[in-house]
Amino acid sequence: MTSSALLSVQGLVKRFPGVLALQGVDFDVRAGEVHCLLGQNGAGKSTLIKVLSGAHRPDEGEIRWRGEVVSFGNPTAAMRSGVAAIYQELDLVAGLSVADNVFLGHELSTAGFTRRSEARRRTRELLVRLGHPEISPDRDVGRLSVAHQQIVSMARALSLDGQLLIMDEPSAVLDPDEVRVLFGIIRDLTAHGVAVVYISHRLAEIREIGDRVTVLKDGRTVATGLPAREVKTSELIGLMTGRVLENVYPDRTPVDPAAPEVLSVRGLADGSRFEGVDLTVHAGEVVGLAGLVGSGRSEILETIYGARKSAAGTVAVDGRTLRRGSVGAAVRAGMGLCPEERKSQGLLLDQAVFRNITVSSMSAFARFGFLDDSAERARSRELTEALDVRPAGVDRVVRGLSGGNQQKVVLARWLLRECRVLLLDEPTRGVDVGARSEIYELVRDLADRGVAVVVVSSDVEEVLGLADRVLVVREGRVVHDGPADEIDESRVLDLVMEGHAA
Amino acid sequence: MSEDTAVPAQKSPPVAKESSVSALLGSPAGRNTGLVVALILLCLGGVITAGDRFADVDNVLTILRLAAVIGVVSVGMTFVITGGGIDLSVGAIVALSSVWATTLATQGIANDSHWIVMVFTALLVGGACGLVNGALIAYGRVVAFIATLASLAAARGLAEIISNRKTQIVNVPGFAAFFDASILGIPVLVVIFALVAVGGWVLLNRTTFGRRTFAVGGNPEAARLAGIDVKRHTVMLYTLLGLCCGLAAVMLIARTTTGSSTHGGLYELDAIAAVVIGGTLLSGGRGTIAGTVFGVLIFTTLSNVFTLNNLSISAQAVAKGAIIVVAVLLQQRLARRSGA
Repeated sequence: MTSSALLSVQGLVKRFPGVLALQGVDFDVRAGEVHCLLGQNGAGKSTLIKVLSGAHRPDEGEIRWRGEVVSFGNPTAAMRSGVAAIYQELDLVAGLSVADNVFLGHELSTAGFTRRSEARRRTRELLVRLGHPEISPDRDVGRLSVAHQQIVSMARALSLDGQLLIMDEPSAVLDPDEVRVLFGIIRDLTAHGVAVVYISHRLAEIREIGDRVTVLKDGRTVATGLPAREVKTSELIGLMTGRVLENVYPDRTPVDPAAPEVLSVRGLADGSRFEGVDLTVHAGEVVGLAGLVGSGRSEILETIYGARKSAAGTVAVDGRTLRRGSVGAAVRAGMGLCPEERKSQGLLLDQAVFRNITVSSMSAFARFGFLDDSAERARSRELTEALDVRPAGVDRVVRGLSGGNQQKVVLARWLLRECRVLLLDEPTRGVDVGARSEIYELVRDLADRGVAVVVVSSDVEEVLGLADRVLVVREGRVVHDGPADEIDESRVLDLVMEGHAA
Repeated sequence: MSEDTAVPAQKSPPVAKESSVSALLGSPAGRNTGLVVALILLCLGGVITAGDRFADVDNVLTILRLAAVIGVVSVGMTFVITGGGIDLSVGAIVALSSVWATTLATQGIANDSHWIVMVFTALLVGGACGLVNGALIAYGRVVAFIATLASLAAARGLAEIISNRKTQIVNVPGFAAFFDASILGIPVLVVIFALVAVGGWVLLNRTTFGRRTFAVGGNPEAARLAGIDVKRHTVMLYTLLGLCCGLAAVMLIARTTTGSSTHGGLYELDAIAAVVIGGTLLSGGRGTIAGTVFGVLIFTTLSNVFTLNNLSISAQAVAKGAIIVVAVLLQQRLARRSGA
């Protein structure tokens, strides 16, 4: 391994409106090494990759490529210098063939005419090298499985003959055999002097393939150049999480042991993303689901709600089993969902606040199908005042409200129905710190009034602070179920990433 | 509207107004004003260029009788578009309903029993076509544009088969007598259009059905997760439009005293154009019956003024196209302003 820095980054800062995504990142990558980036969701890994590959311009700091200060204005410029990235969200064009995708943006051509047969031949070579000779270069990429699309994405990165390859969680959609092949390729590349920046939440992988580790937290480098094989797991997790508590969580009210079971889920499976999920929530209890993005936690919630059809298992509210795959049945039984994507799944953005609140309880305001909208406005006004939705005014269009106030509108919808079970998916995403603690108060208040609450969040701290009981989900299975005060953040992260082996 | 004055504490800035008073009218009031101004200008143009031939009671009634048929279809179309859909098959459904309601067999039964049989036949055929469209779109997951394009071809073809491409003359005395009559000097066809428009307005703005239509068109996924049966509602929307087409077929039979597979030609374009210039968003979630009525009146008056001035159908088409472009550009400008 040579010690010359191929890429070095100093004092990198990237601002987005209202957010400081990166606030001082330093690290360097040597030719021929695998440099791992670690950090929790939101630590700034994805932003960093986008800056390095030219998709974003940094606001401050410098990037040196082979010792010279560079500025990649766009991904093509980065590509020409020899930096290629494989993004987490696949960046392929469905409808084009595999070969067309591999050479998209750097097509092989002579005098403007594409050299199609050569593109096909070279694509086939790359796919063979990646251990997937069965993928035809002529297939439509949109018809491939996600794992195969990932392979094509890699072939695309390799076709650039880059000096630095950035891989953002490449193993997330691969099975163990494919990961082995991937590692073989990475070793082959590094032996030829190519540097790899490797991102994964799986510590085991980092130990197997990584040379050095850089840890990011809240957009800052907290440690860099750690030896990947020797550094202790506890040290890594401490570096990733060691922050001061930012949010104040309301005190827990002990759950009455005699409280009835309100929600009971048995052996729930959807046939692909998760299976064998058991979950019971008592009246007045807040249960948190922790897990990585893609672990199946949101799918579990949506299946309980009937928004996705289950393949096996039952969901019962107050002892009555619900019809499978029917949101209507779930809502009638007293369930409510605040979905993950508030804007696209939760709200009628161009309609008035009161219409968003009463949309699930219209029949309560209607006589023979005719709506009494003054009653609707009056009830909505009571609720928005109680929740302190600002600015006030039930005729306001929801689009103009801030994230926290929009979330309160969705909550008000289910408060109005006096629901028995409330499912919250990422309740504080895009919500500022002030509104955040108000939402926590509200959730606790609801539980105290006997509602059964399930909270899903990427933020482990939030799950632990808010919930009475915590379930940890990994790869579609519940791997832990216990009281929230008997487990800490690093243990949860441990379970989330490595399972019991750590 | 009274509840707004009842709460003096709620000082709403202009943003909020959009959804209080105006939502009751079905659209931002400003835009309806614009439509009224456009209609008045058109009428002035008619008076200036055609004088008494335009400003004549009979001519105004002619305009209204022409507007009535396409107007009924347009009211139905407003629901489908507000609900996030589109229906290209309305003209063909009108043709098929008109043919089916005027076959020798149907007319025979009508003569033996009651002329209302013809009305029910047309409504049944129209409603069934709408039901098929809705089921294909909601449960068959065919894109609305394609599903109704297929219906367009199939329904008109079926109408040609049934009628053998011959115009079917109506000879049911009671039917003609009823629809040719006037109530207080207003032709029955115009009365029907008025009833449909008022009924449509109430349905869209005052009922749970209407509210669900806005929700389904505004954000189908959010509507589904809020507990609304989006698929069933979609089927109901297309069925409602089918029924409107059946009713329009009855009115067209009355006006022309014939049923024909060529009836309703290009109604889909006229109806969609009227709905869009009225202010209903093609992307769904916002719709206005009052705007649609104005849209229909504007187009019909335009045709009338052009005809009175001996301008060709082709010139009318060019003018129509220009109006649509201007209206859509204005609409986008307004949408951007209220969305910000």
